[in-house]
Amino acid sequence: MITRRIDVAVIGGGSAGLAAAIAARESGIDSILILERNEELGGILPQCIHTGFGLHYFKENLTGPEYINRFVRKAHDLQIDYKLETMVLDLTCTRKILAVNQPEGLMELQANAVVLAMGCRERSRGALCIPGTRPAGIFTAGTAQRLMDIEGYLPGKQALILGSGDVGLIMARRFAMEGVEVKGVVEMMPYPGGLDRNLQCLRDFGIPLYLRHVATFVHGSDRVEAVTISRLDDKGQPIAGEDRKIECDTLVLSAGLIPENEISRKAGVRLDPKTGGPIVDENMETSVESIFACGNVVYVHDLVDHVTQEGEMAGTNASKRVRGMLPQLQRRILLKAEGNVRYVVPQMISGRNPLTLWARVRSPAFDADIRIGKNIIVHKRVVKPAELLTIELTAKRLKDLDKVEELTVSIGD
Amino acid sequence: METCVLIIGGGITGTAIARELSKCDVDTLLIEKEVDIAFGGATKANTAIVHAGYDDEPGTLAAKLCPRGNLLWSELASDLHIPLKRIGSLVVALEENEVRVLEDLLERGKRNGVPDLRIIEGQELFEMEPNLNSEAVAALYAPSAGVLSPYEASIALAENAKQNDVSILLGTKVTDIIAEEGKVKTVQTSRERICSRYVVNAAGLFSDEVSSMAGIEEFKIVPRKGEYIIYDRDLNGLVNHVLFPVPSQISKGITVTPTVDGNIIAGPTAHDKKDKNDLTTTREGFEEVLNGACKLIPELSDRLTSIISGFAGLRPQPSTDDFIIKSYREPSGFINVAGIKSPGLTSAPAIAEMVVEILREEGLALKDKKNFISSRNPIVHPIRDFHPAKTEEFLRQNPRDGRVVCRCEYVTEGEILDAISRGATTLDGVKYRTRSGMGRCQGGFCTPHVIRMIARELGLAVEEVTKRGGNSKVLPYSAKRLLLGDEKR
Repeated sequence: MITRRIDVAVIGGGSAGLAAAIAARESGIDSILILERNEELGGILPQCIHTGFGLHYFKENLTGPEYINRFVRKAHDLQIDYKLETMVLDLTCTRKILAVNQPEGLMELQANAVVLAMGCRERSRGALCIPGTRPAGIFTAGTAQRLMDIEGYLPGKQALILGSGDVGLIMARRFAMEGVEVKGVVEMMPYPGGLDRNLQCLRDFGIPLYLRHVATFVHGSDRVEAVTISRLDDKGQPIAGEDRKIECDTLVLSAGLIPENEISRKAGVRLDPKTGGPIVDENMETSVESIFACGNVVYVHDLVDHVTQEGEMAGTNASKRVRGMLPQLQRRILLKAEGNVRYVVPQMISGRNPLTLWARVRSPAFDADIRIGKNIIVHKRVVKPAELLTIELTAKRLKDLDKVEELTVSIGD
Repeated sequence: METCVLIIGGGITGTAIARELSKCDVDTLLIEKEVDIAFGGATKANTAIVHAGYDDEPGTLAAKLCPRGNLLWSELASDLHIPLKRIGSLVVALEENEVRVLEDLLERGKRNGVPDLRIIEGQELFEMEPNLNSEAVAALYAPSAGVLSPYEASIALAENAKQNDVSILLGTKVTDIIAEEGKVKTVQTSRERICSRYVVNAAGLFSDEVSSMAGIEEFKIVPRKGEYIIYDRDLNGLVNHVLFPVPSQISKGITVTPTVDGNIIAGPTAHDKKDKNDLTTTREGFEEVLNGACKLIPELSDRLTSIISGFAGLRPQPSTDDFIIKSYREPSGFINVAGIKSPGLTSAPAIAEMVVEILREEGLALKDKKNFISSRNPIVHPIRDFHPAKTEEFLRQNPRDGRVVCRCEYVTEGEILDAISRGATTLDGVKYRTRSGMGRCQGGFCTPHVIRMIARELGLAVEEVTKRGGNSKVLPYSAKRLLLGDEKR
């Protein structure tokens, strides 16, 4: 078996992993290895051929391939080592990695620091428990996007999209542009799940948006023939008689993303049930020493620009740790999300260094006061689930931080 | 086409009979209406349990064949490399007055010849099953019960039968059975006419229709729907045994059990239907399964996010309420193996023995085959069944197994190619042989790869690849082809 020692191993070569590897190299680490299970670097971005990427990070409006190519090229220029179609099978708490590929077979790597950047996966039809038949023609949005934008296949000719998150809205537009008739976008909540700018996708093509509706039945024996959707009452239960059968040959699911933490679990990394990702501290270090995490494996981000920034932070800190320049956090304060705050990241802070907290709310609210512990109140004019909240913990605010081990982050009335 | 014994139906019953007959020197042909083995009815969608055999009324065929089948599975599973885990079962009494039912079952089990049955309670019960509802009073423990994959078993039986010269025709549906002078003579199918001296009807849900083609209308099959929920392997260890509630009049109730692959399965419901093709799941069914499962393992009510799939199966419930396994004076040569409801999977090897015996009684001369091949090489799962030294050596010989295609179930390119070379022609065919697409992402990542591999290996266009045959094309339109016109592929 191949055995090798490396300074920084990065699991996942998408936007988070590439940023981490580049940052580690730029802060002086020679021995870096990216392990990527796909056949190319870049994660999900090569198939996101629409625009809207890089507005924050590059101050330019780029397509997904343009955005990610800048990082892929940089990784090449910096001669960062990577392995494609390589599957990590195991990671121990002492950072021993077991991986496999063709033709090298099994390999064992001992890393001084590990960056977890495995991203997320899509919620499937089975996980959504949609009743009905089980025909061909049901795709998750990402799979449909890959098939259409990378491989040149149309999953069908009449599509219904479930979920009005950004991926669902963007797929509605892409389908319409490819000549697929989009019968509608169905959203369980009373408000759309995606960013405002992506709602334009529906307006541009006159695609109906069914708010407060769910899919209640899939029809068709071999291939999807129709989908019944039903209006929900205030309690989230389908209202009898308020349903309609929409004829279509394709059902596209864009109903949630799940951080992929099977490898994290193997290493014993503690996970936050609310994010589905590792509990991280302000250095993006997990509960296991010298295992860092960044990007959608930690929590599902709205913008790749933020994933990149987080990846850079994780990569820089992994590098510092390897060089003996980053001690583990001494004083630890656990942040707990409560009430309308669904989660907050990082969950662990020292209370000494200014930082940005990221939080997601459960439901929209106006004039919200975000309360951190007893003493800090941050005002926001609008909060909504579709947009991550940023909370700046400035040096001035940190002075007011309660001297306790656990703080709640909540939105007061 | 001519054969000596024609078996109708490529489910667990038909394939078990085919494999049993393949021990003898006799021309045997198995036909199946679907495009692959185990695609049709109850075999692909059931609880996947090897029952101990205490449920059935003594004197019934099911009571006789279930314990015998349970015993036979050990050797069969080891010969054919079918994963089988004897994890034991517990029928759980949640109230004092249910203990009486356990005692009845224990008594019945003893009469049926089920070994090592006993009633356990208190600390012992909760040590065996720590997450069991704390109100559980006692349980009937049957150590001989187990779990196995029914479609893998059926495919393995068919493969081994084929190695021993049984012919298999897929996509072939019986349309008529013609008897002459009181004997079966020919079977008309959707493809061709087949002459056969003996016809074995193992057509599952449709066995009543096939039987009436032969002029025998003594029973009806009612499709009894059962819905199921499948949980992610991340719940591995939550449940250790096959758990049953105390049975009702019509079914054994909602079961919770680990599968042989390390998932947890809950179900089935039991509702009689009219449509033999109605495999729809329902909201009511889902809730019924969930409620039943949570009664046994309350923690499942907090584990909704670990649900990865749901499905429904139809079991062939006979109007006689027992297996129908018999020959007839007229037409002679026709043998019904019908109404194989639960415990049909468990009983299959014993049913096969019985059918061969009936064939002998019917005058078929059966000589043992000298060069019978009793074992079959399975598809090797080098990554999923990881073993440091063995996997490394295997990958050295088979470099294509270094590429993991299905990430959730660790299925390699080598396994998928092997499945295709063994006869898989569809996405589901590959899935049933390798588990690709059966994991937590349900094929989100591997489906495009598997489709391409099927197309490449079978010389098909990607657009022609189906989920399970017929019209179930997955990617019917190539954008490139639509733009350029078909001639400019």
